[in-house]
Amino acid sequence: MKTSNKLIKESKADKAFIIGNYIILAFVLVIVLYPIIYVVSASFSSPQAVIGGEVWLFPVEPTLMGYEAVFKNNQILVGFKNSFIYMICGTFINLIMTMLCAYPLSRKELVGRNVITGIFVFTMYFSGGLVPTYMLIQKLGLLNTRWAMIIPAAMSVWNMIIARTYLQNTIPDTLYEAAEIDGCSPIGFFCKVVMPLSKPILAVLVLYYGVAHWNTYFSAMIYLNNQDLFPLQLILRNILIMNNIDPTMMQDVEAMLQKQGLVDLLKYSVIVVASVPVLCIYPFVQKYFVKGVMIGALKG
Amino acid sequence: MAKTNAGIIEQEEVFLGEPLDRKARLRKTCRKALTQWQFYLMLLLPLIYVIVFSYIPMGGIVMAFKDYSVSKGIWGSDWVGFKHFIQFLSSPSSLDVIWNTLALGVYSLIAGFPIPILLAIALNEVGNQKFKKVVQMVTYAPYFISTVVMVGLIMQVTDMRTGIINNILQLFGQDPINFLGDPDLFPSLYVWSGIWQTAGYSAIIYLAALAGVSKELQEAAIVDGASRLKRIWHIDLPAIRPQIIILLIFNVGSIMSIGFEKVYLMQNSMNMSKSEVIATFVYKIGLVNADYSFSTAVGLFNSVVGFILLISVNWLAKKFSDTSIW
Repeated sequence: MKTSNKLIKESKADKAFIIGNYIILAFVLVIVLYPIIYVVSASFSSPQAVIGGEVWLFPVEPTLMGYEAVFKNNQILVGFKNSFIYMICGTFINLIMTMLCAYPLSRKELVGRNVITGIFVFTMYFSGGLVPTYMLIQKLGLLNTRWAMIIPAAMSVWNMIIARTYLQNTIPDTLYEAAEIDGCSPIGFFCKVVMPLSKPILAVLVLYYGVAHWNTYFSAMIYLNNQDLFPLQLILRNILIMNNIDPTMMQDVEAMLQKQGLVDLLKYSVIVVASVPVLCIYPFVQKYFVKGVMIGALKG
Repeated sequence: MAKTNAGIIEQEEVFLGEPLDRKARLRKTCRKALTQWQFYLMLLLPLIYVIVFSYIPMGGIVMAFKDYSVSKGIWGSDWVGFKHFIQFLSSPSSLDVIWNTLALGVYSLIAGFPIPILLAIALNEVGNQKFKKVVQMVTYAPYFISTVVMVGLIMQVTDMRTGIINNILQLFGQDPINFLGDPDLFPSLYVWSGIWQTAGYSAIIYLAALAGVSKELQEAAIVDGASRLKRIWHIDLPAIRPQIIILLIFNVGSIMSIGFEKVYLMQNSMNMSKSEVIATFVYKIGLVNADYSFSTAVGLFNSVVGFILLISVNWLAKKFSDTSIW
């Protein structure tokens, strides 16, 4: 049967369609890929080549000068350290909160399930807004502390709904009933059965929360004043967008800083360095990433 | 006999005592809820979290109807009714801000909504699995780039002196363009860089739905001599209709909520006339100028309009199709 379909020849119009389709997708591929390749190549080129517009596709006069400047910059290193702290602690708290919330709400027999779910879901559509939230953080004494980066973002309702949908679809009621007959409490069941069965959704959550923590700058910008607490993204904002590169932070290359080329080079290198941690794990987690989107799509 | 009697008595109770029955049911539910105390214990922390960080700030919204002063506090400040809203809606500069927000939102929707659908359909038609995987892998990747890096990237590639885009333009004999300095180019730069970053990611949902299209239907259409375009139109598109409608509802609902993060970073004094949107305006009045009441009022106006939009689109979708988000 399968071969018989292939025997039906593609018409001329269909052949043209297929060729056109490949050409369009190849074009899309180039458009998405080219800026990325360009930035990476520029970051490895010499300052003169960057400023002279000689870089087109491959590095020109390859050098690691830009990266040297990045790793000699104290601010960037402190930013890296802080971002790692926020990402690791934040994601850990996110996972605990999300699963604690998602599991009870995934049980159909929970009394008041719809009301409680509604309390959570409403916050996705409506919020107090910027100023009231800021005042709350101020009142709680979280301003200018590391906690301001972790506690206000302790859980995302959207991710919680994804986790709840996953649990609903994967853990059969019969399993729960069997455990109940064996005298297993809901909390015991959660620790011994639900968590081990939730590895795929935990991977999805780690990815989503981890990337969100790594990439955010807004809460740091409004809640933090102390430079020593700044996450990488805020430092990057100063360098990339506000052009504030502290010259004293670059002792060895200070003389060369006069050349605009090195500043540009530093920018390209910084873009690459800041994106590497996320893009490195991306190929390994792509499977989970797609899975997460699909679970989310099941229940809009 | 005993069994049937009991059955009859139970039935009579249902007919006779409705209030009693409701009470009994309530008591039964309460008893059931008590046995589930462990579930509620687990929910305690997340509930405290949303109450403190989402619902308490909602209480702060009363500031929008008061003249907040630090010495009097939120509750002690004087009521002023709709003064701040009238002030916002009657000043020409705020109308510009509303217009900019709407323009960016509608542009994003019109340009950004169909492209992931087209991308998914194009990818679905690719026979070569390796090529398909490469395109997917590459187009998802920019989604992970942070906003700061994304805007930094835009600035580098559109730079007047060293940016690659202007280098290419000069190659064709054009004058370099100051993309970020031209207010008229700001919406396009914002929208198309957003499409570059998220089109691949947004296509995933449609791709997943397209993977579920029945093979038999496709084969039957092939046997009947339907061309590829016809199969896309009559089989693939109807298959992803629910996803299209749901995402359309969300996208229309978020027209007014143009994100703060990217616009703020792309702003400069030269493009401000087109780049000031409600979110950045709220931030500047509220946290920079410390005019808490006015800022809260503008923010509230924005969320209420957005919420009304979402509800109306959802209502329309429910009326004209069978899909809606609630």
